[in-house]
Amino acid sequence: MLSQLQYYLAFQFVQYALIVGVLVALCSSLLGVVLVLKRLSYIGDGLSHIAFGVMSFGMALNLLDNMPLTLFITIIVAINLIRGGENRKINAESALAMMSVSALAFGYFILNVNNTSSNIFGDICSALFGATSILTLSHDDVILSIIMSILVILTFIVFYNKIFSVTFDEVFAKATGIKTDRYNLLIAVITAIVIVIAMNLVGALLVSALIVFPAVSAMSVFSQFKPVIILSTIISIINSTGGIVISILFGTPVGATIVMANVITFIILKLLGMLIRRRI
Amino acid sequence: MEQIKCIDTQVGYDKKALIGPLNFTIHSGNYWCITGSNGIGKSTLIKTLLNLIPPVSGEIIKSIPQTDIGYLPQQKMYQRNFPASVKEIVLSGTLNKGRWFYSAADKELATANITKLGMQEYINKPYNSLSGGQQQRVLLARAICSSNKLLILDEPVAGLDPNVTKDMYALIKQLNQQDNITIIMISHDVEYATKYASHILHIEKKEEYTVTVN
Repeated sequence: MLSQLQYYLAFQFVQYALIVGVLVALCSSLLGVVLVLKRLSYIGDGLSHIAFGVMSFGMALNLLDNMPLTLFITIIVAINLIRGGENRKINAESALAMMSVSALAFGYFILNVNNTSSNIFGDICSALFGATSILTLSHDDVILSIIMSILVILTFIVFYNKIFSVTFDEVFAKATGIKTDRYNLLIAVITAIVIVIAMNLVGALLVSALIVFPAVSAMSVFSQFKPVIILSTIISIINSTGGIVISILFGTPVGATIVMANVITFIILKLLGMLIRRRI
Repeated sequence: MEQIKCIDTQVGYDKKALIGPLNFTIHSGNYWCITGSNGIGKSTLIKTLLNLIPPVSGEIIKSIPQTDIGYLPQQKMYQRNFPASVKEIVLSGTLNKGRWFYSAADKELATANITKLGMQEYINKPYNSLSGGQQQRVLLARAICSSNKLLILDEPVAGLDPNVTKDMYALIKQLNQQDNITIIMISHDVEYATKYASHILHIEKKEEYTVTVN
């Protein structure tokens, strides 16, 4: 099996997949802790559907590279969702639910009407479940993913303390003179970036698993912020790399394999957490 | 020294006034207790003083910058289970000085304040393993990391049992008398309010309020 793995690792597309996989795992798990604790995890799911809609639109228009367009629109939607969160008239959750199903329906609709591809259902399936897209990443996609991931990670390192403060107690932060709007904006932009990049890996329908599972798994064993962040990134990286390798070796769908690995990790850590708590 | 001055201030939401017009001046070293029945708008008044919501009319003159105010908000349910250590939370109170990373002085200040509030043995403990009273002390330590001049407290003893309540009030009094921190506090406890406070702002109805100097 090792020699088989070595054989595959020599291929450039496999290397690309692993690089993007690790970066996406790192970013999504960092962001996940913040979104879960801010009780915004539903935003990940909604935004990914919107990104799917835009991507389909781009495909229908025969855009060669629709990642920048998708990124742009998703960022705008994310900013509106997170910023207006507290004082909007229509509940943010319902607004997002409406937008996300509309985008999903619109995307599927436009792909069917504007049937340019010979393998339309294959395209849709890979956009939704990331079936093969991670293994077909172009050189530009990889470069863009790497740049975006580095931006996200640097932002987290530089603003780590402020992000903690805004996540733990936004009202306190604002009352004591921290520009919370600025950090919420930052979190919104990062969310959009991470979701669009992560869609390449696991597809639109499974993206929120990458955001939610590592964070919640880490929280079930640790109760301090830094250990939670660190464990969450470790879980995510191991599961994504493992998932990619398994899917290459056994021909399973990449996205689904990674999500299954995350589900199993979650169950194990949840049980472990219950055991630890009972001891104390 | 005048720290906060309200001139014909009306507070409320969506341009609808709940209380006011109010006229009062808070000087440094004062201990103000705000009393009044539930739902009358005491928290709204405090949020207006903190600049979290704008006043409906009138003005509030503050001679103290926003970054030199300490605040103890009412605790929200989700915070009780937030994964963070005592140290992480108290340190975050120093962030309003505009730095990205904690300096050695910030860390010293946080440790000193944790010790001052008698929580030194819990410094590395998770916040969600503490009792309600201990959690409140942690949040108070965070508040005095933000400012050693003015502290605004929104029902600091809500949900605490009588003994812990007494300790909490003693701590607040100590901060006021020993460190000369101005205190503005919402409380239901008329007994304690009259015992420690220098001024009592009692809100009776929308336009009816009294300021008693103790």
